[in-house]
Amino acid sequence: MSDNKDFNWRRNITRFIITLVLMIYTVITLFPMLWSIYSSVKSSNEILTSPWGLPNKLNFQNYINAFTKANMGDYFLNSIFITVLSLTLLLVLAIPTSYVLARFKFMFSKTLKNIFVAGLFIQVMIYLVPLFLLVNKVHLLNNRLVLCVIYAVTSLPFTIFLLISFMKSIPKDYEDAAMIDGCNYFGILVKIIVPMVKPAVVTVSIFSALGFWNEFPLAFTFISSSSKKTLSVGLANLMEIQRYATDWGALFAGLAIVMIPTLLFYVFTQKKLTEGVSIGGLKG
Amino acid sequence: MRSRKKNIFIATCIIPTFTLFALIVIYPTIKTFSMSFYQWSGISQNAVFIGFKNYADLFKDRTLIIAFKNTIFLILTVPIITMVLSLFFAAILTQFKLKGKNFYRTVFFFPNVLALVVISILWSQIYHPTMGILNSFLDSIGLEGLKQVWLGDEQVVMWAIVMTMVWQAVGYYMVMYIAGIDGIPKALYEAATVDGASGIRKFFSITIPMLWEVIRTTIIFMISSTLNMSFIFCRVMTAGGPNKSSEVLLTYMYNQAFQNANFGYAMAIAVVIFIFTVCLALVSNRLTERRD
Repeated sequence: MSDNKDFNWRRNITRFIITLVLMIYTVITLFPMLWSIYSSVKSSNEILTSPWGLPNKLNFQNYINAFTKANMGDYFLNSIFITVLSLTLLLVLAIPTSYVLARFKFMFSKTLKNIFVAGLFIQVMIYLVPLFLLVNKVHLLNNRLVLCVIYAVTSLPFTIFLLISFMKSIPKDYEDAAMIDGCNYFGILVKIIVPMVKPAVVTVSIFSALGFWNEFPLAFTFISSSSKKTLSVGLANLMEIQRYATDWGALFAGLAIVMIPTLLFYVFTQKKLTEGVSIGGLKG
Repeated sequence: MRSRKKNIFIATCIIPTFTLFALIVIYPTIKTFSMSFYQWSGISQNAVFIGFKNYADLFKDRTLIIAFKNTIFLILTVPIITMVLSLFFAAILTQFKLKGKNFYRTVFFFPNVLALVVISILWSQIYHPTMGILNSFLDSIGLEGLKQVWLGDEQVVMWAIVMTMVWQAVGYYMVMYIAGIDGIPKALYEAATVDGASGIRKFFSITIPMLWEVIRTTIIFMISSTLNMSFIFCRVMTAGGPNKSSEVLLTYMYNQAFQNANFGYAMAIAVVIFIFTVCLALVSNRLTERRD
């Protein structure tokens, strides 16, 4: 009888400690962002004198400054434009290519597949400099469209790899039936294959879009005009400027302007994201 | 006729993609290797073939040695700490049937969704000696002695960067491990409980071995992404300072190319990084191989 009591007591203490640890880490995870957001509505004075304190009253001057003096609006629009276009390009290129490599046998098909997959092991930073020199030579620097193409192409290996493995599992019967019905190859691709791989396309799109939105090294290297910069680069710029000034208000506001939409995006796609990561782990 | 249509279809699907890929990925990669044998300052006609001289110079370059040491430091500490924490949390959340499992999973994963630049700036502010909350926090709980100039002190700066990188990564791998653990048959754990095994025993004798393949993959992911991300964190948080003490291979390579216009030399560094990455992958693959 007393054995049971001991056991229960020990188990409860363990549960309590575990819950405490989890709560502490929750705070460590969430508090930095919360701090940044509530600091963004503080006045410069408050930021300087009381880092922890809550704002006395809501002060939106920082946000006004972020948009008017620091160009956040431009950065935002650029990021949206670039993310959407890059994603579109990526899908337009990757889906047909994956389909052909997955379902057709022809000369070099295996080699091509291996070349694309090998791209998974080559990180962008390794060839960034020659790429820059190439784009410079053809005078296409500081061009957002070019950046979109680069974004799309550098995401091809992962996307093609994933799509091929999905497409391989579609039974041939669908294509045969469609052909008998007189559908041409493009029709089969668009009307039958694409709907069937929609889950994979959605997952890939979410991950890729997130990657494009957050990307820094390429955007930083290839875009120089302030009006064309993306959010990541604009924010880094802002921080450089603020490093020596002590007015952090606009910087906090800038961070909040980026974090809040990200949070919303996360709330809507969270399930898909963690699923995608989990599958990666299971395939392990 | 059918065959001709088929070939046109295949060509239309593949040629644009492959052409762009060759132009944007394959060609520059080849150039990385070939340019490393030249000395070139970017003005067209002046590329001088110097063989392995760039590589020889690397050995004598004091900043490179610092960058190399820092990179190795990151590649060792970040994955280890990340893995310990994410395995720990994954184990807790799966073994204890807490009602908060999905909540904690959602919360802990969130940092992974933020842009690395955002995280770098955020933590730069947290680490600020007077305006940041870390030092103020230490003040408020009476630990003023532990206060540092986190990003300005040569002894501390790399550790500060490590902590930020770990903060970013834990949730991601935790989710992976949770999925892996969820796939382990419950019967194994039940049998162990009947045999009187404690939670910790079960973790090391059941969870870890069953999860081993997943862990192997994540090790390589972690090493590779730590290396890749080091550029952004070190560039934004400290720009390699103070005094080059947080310089890493990627930032050094970038500066050699874009600040010093030392393109050949920068490419030699890139080749070294590439070879280094490949070796690391091979070695860690070998070391974690199970002989059963």
